[in-house]
Amino acid sequence: MNRRFSWFNATSLTLGFAFLYLPILILVLFSFNASKLVAVWGGFSTKWYVELIHDQAFLDAAWVTLKVAVVSSTVATVLGTMAAYVLMRAGRFLGRTLFSGMIYAPLVMPDVIMGLAFLLLFISIGLDRGIFTIMLAHTTFTMCYVSVVVSSRLVTFDRSLEEAALDLGCTPFDAFRSVTLPIIAPAVISGWLLAFTLSLDDLVIASFAAGPSATTLPMKVFSSVRLGVNPEINALSTIMISIVTVGVISASLFTKRQIARARADEQAAARG
Amino acid sequence: MAQPANRPVFAPWDDPKEKPLIRFQNVTKKFGEFTAIDDITLDIFQREFFALLGPSGCGKTTLMRMLAGFETPSKGQILLDGVDQAPIPPNRRATNMMFQSYALFPHLSVWDNIAFGLRRSDMAKDQIPPRVEEMLRLTRLERFAKRKPHQISGGQRQRVALARSLAKAPKLLLLDEPLGALDKKLRQETQFELMDIQETTGTTFVIVTHDQEEAMTVASRVAVMDLGKMIQVDTPDRIYEMPNSVYVADFIGDVNIIEGAVRGQDGEKAQIVWAEGQPPINATTAAPVSAGQKVHFAIRPEKVAIATEKPEGRANVIAGKVHDIAYLGNISTYKVEVAGGKMVKAQVANERRLARRNITWDDEVWLSFTDTAGVVLLN
Amino acid sequence: MTGLRRLVLILTPYSWLIFFFLIPFLIVVKISLSNTALSIPPYTPQLDLAQGWAGVKDFFGNLDFENFSFLASDPLYYTAYLSSLKIALISTFLTLLIGYPIAYGMAQAPDEWRPTLMMLVILPFWTSFLIRIYAWMGILSNEGFLNQFLLWTGIIDTPLTILNTPTAVYIGIVYGYLPFMILPIYSALEKLDGSLIEAAEDLGCSKASAFWLVTLPLSRPGMIAGCFLVFIPALGEFVIPSLLGGTSTLMIGKTLYEEFFSNRDWPVASAVAVVLLLILIIPIILFQKNEERQREANG
Repeated sequence: MNRRFSWFNATSLTLGFAFLYLPILILVLFSFNASKLVAVWGGFSTKWYVELIHDQAFLDAAWVTLKVAVVSSTVATVLGTMAAYVLMRAGRFLGRTLFSGMIYAPLVMPDVIMGLAFLLLFISIGLDRGIFTIMLAHTTFTMCYVSVVVSSRLVTFDRSLEEAALDLGCTPFDAFRSVTLPIIAPAVISGWLLAFTLSLDDLVIASFAAGPSATTLPMKVFSSVRLGVNPEINALSTIMISIVTVGVISASLFTKRQIARARADEQAAARG
Repeated sequence: MAQPANRPVFAPWDDPKEKPLIRFQNVTKKFGEFTAIDDITLDIFQREFFALLGPSGCGKTTLMRMLAGFETPSKGQILLDGVDQAPIPPNRRATNMMFQSYALFPHLSVWDNIAFGLRRSDMAKDQIPPRVEEMLRLTRLERFAKRKPHQISGGQRQRVALARSLAKAPKLLLLDEPLGALDKKLRQETQFELMDIQETTGTTFVIVTHDQEEAMTVASRVAVMDLGKMIQVDTPDRIYEMPNSVYVADFIGDVNIIEGAVRGQDGEKAQIVWAEGQPPINATTAAPVSAGQKVHFAIRPEKVAIATEKPEGRANVIAGKVHDIAYLGNISTYKVEVAGGKMVKAQVANERRLARRNITWDDEVWLSFTDTAGVVLLN
Repeated sequence: MTGLRRLVLILTPYSWLIFFFLIPFLIVVKISLSNTALSIPPYTPQLDLAQGWAGVKDFFGNLDFENFSFLASDPLYYTAYLSSLKIALISTFLTLLIGYPIAYGMAQAPDEWRPTLMMLVILPFWTSFLIRIYAWMGILSNEGFLNQFLLWTGIIDTPLTILNTPTAVYIGIVYGYLPFMILPIYSALEKLDGSLIEAAEDLGCSKASAFWLVTLPLSRPGMIAGCFLVFIPALGEFVIPSLLGGTSTLMIGKTLYEEFFSNRDWPVASAVAVVLLLILIIPIILFQKNEERQREANG
């Protein structure tokens, strides 16, 4: 279809995206502000970045966060993929409704409630809170997101592919490894990325699950911005935003190229 | 399948000494309350091209999936070479299946798709490449070995699926609507290709289809199914010429079905009264019938002749008026209204060109057929 | 699937969720029925299995609904619930008003623009929520950008107080959850067959009435889904009221957090959580119903 923007649509899109992106742009811009004042431009400077990378507390928190995110999103991806496979393929079993309920509940559960529940669990079983308990908590709530992403891929998965693998001599496990997994791999990877991002971002659950011995980056950010704007945080935000932006843009360029290539292939195939 | 005259007729089902490759023994399959397969007993022989034909939901796919091992019978046994298949999982069965969707692995090349099953068999590693090459040659896919499934056309994908399922040289190949995704012209070409491949490899084929023309073309025997039951299992010509029920007569090809009552029987000759004031239909039936018995008389339109003048010396002659004409190029079908408002179709080959034909709408015409042209179906 | 493998496959995620999700909730419920005590952990009764059956009986005998009646009697809590509901409802409505035109504009955009617009909506999902909310602190404060801009244009001559008021919370929720509103509406509008609008116009509708009679009703499922996706998390929101709301804005998520960490009143915090869950169950069930209807409608 050859459509063009109408006046109304162009205006609403411009205003809408300005609303979404202006605050971030301002944040990024003022991370280079030499002045400590919120809205007064004191000239270009990278001093907040320099201060940031010399701030040991931030570096420690970043390291904790990274460790938590890598471990929990990886375990969550394994568990979440298993859970998706169980939901989509294992047929009926005792307590299936409870199982699917437990998969979907964390998606709509307020963070404060989940955090409280985790904390009370860790205390009642006498587990010392620290980086390990944050990992457990993050694994639990992110595995549900992984499971939703993977099962939405499995829904559209042609089951006869798995049957064909069995028919050609695969054991069920071999069929999963050599046919199902390679095909759903993109969904598993996006599940991992989602879990990773959620773990990086989480403030509330980590605050409950972490003891005095562990501080994650969001916890550190939260405690330093509670009292007001902090240029060091602006610098940190800018770094994080740039990483995400580069990641998302290159991912979308990559999929765009994949789609274009697939389309070209299909046209070639149709020509014979 | 048409048989060359000098070859012995292939009809193992008529030979009592022949052992079946597959035997269904009183097989029933239920899904909850729903009975998909209802007490079926059936033999399929080596080298047969056996077609399961029926409307969707008749149980033909379930029957095939039980052969592949994806479903297990609720009751009864399925024997392959005399061995009960129930405890054998799909990956250990000597059967292979060609899926309706082809189920080609999108992440593997054509070559790897064909080699997939071989790599999971006890075939020696160095035997695999020659076998794959052989299958590529058989299906004329040599040029496409390195392509991925989405890089080839629909017809080529169909041949990859066939090559993949044949590569392990199964005792039995199952084909689930193998030509359903192809357009008509390609489908017809591929039917003959399938028959050739079946003959070269000597594999037993069981094909599921809802397309009666396809079943008639490729199969040595056709099983017509409905509501989980086998209605008739026979060679294509017998299915067409000697249907055993109104259902089969109606399902295969075009047919006129005339309801009537038997007036009398003399040897194989019977008279059927079908409308008041009309002479009875003279028909042939081997089955004994009694006077007054309700029957259906089925006759194919191409066995009914149509003329403007009353023909002499025909066993059955019926008067009527042309109601409709369908011109199909090679043939024309006349829909003729006869006594009691009944419609009877007569089919005529168009041997002459348009201007020379003399029957048109509302003409008074005479329909005629011999006493062996139709079948008497008991209810 | 063979028996043992299937069992392992099911049991691994299942037992994980039971242990780390279900049991914690039962503990929350249990503690909400306990009494505050100056002990470690700070509540009674404790289940003492060493005493056998008497211990179990004693334990259940000492559970009561005292905390819940406390919640009902202390205005701090019910005003917090009511104000959370009010803030969530109003901001959901505002998000719908702002999100709909954006989704509509995206659905109407030329084909080659859509992937880019889509990416622009999704990008914030991957960006830290905390940072995106923090960005508004610098904008809304008394000496922030908004006030400076308005002073510069001459619309106002004294700075407006926005930060640490409910208004800032509304802005934060709308901003934070806008993508959740846009995406479902966009996907409903995108599926909409353009010939339906043409048919409506062919049958005599003006452009506006075609929108009102065809587009809007057909995008309703997307609007409903979007509203739930904003309303449900907004109700229990903690970060936004903490950073933008100041002390004057009561929201239940923040109350719970403070009850737990500042007052160390675990039983009351648990009771607050249980009541919040009970309130949330209604919109969650409605949301599920809406999704199911959608799935059925799409076959």
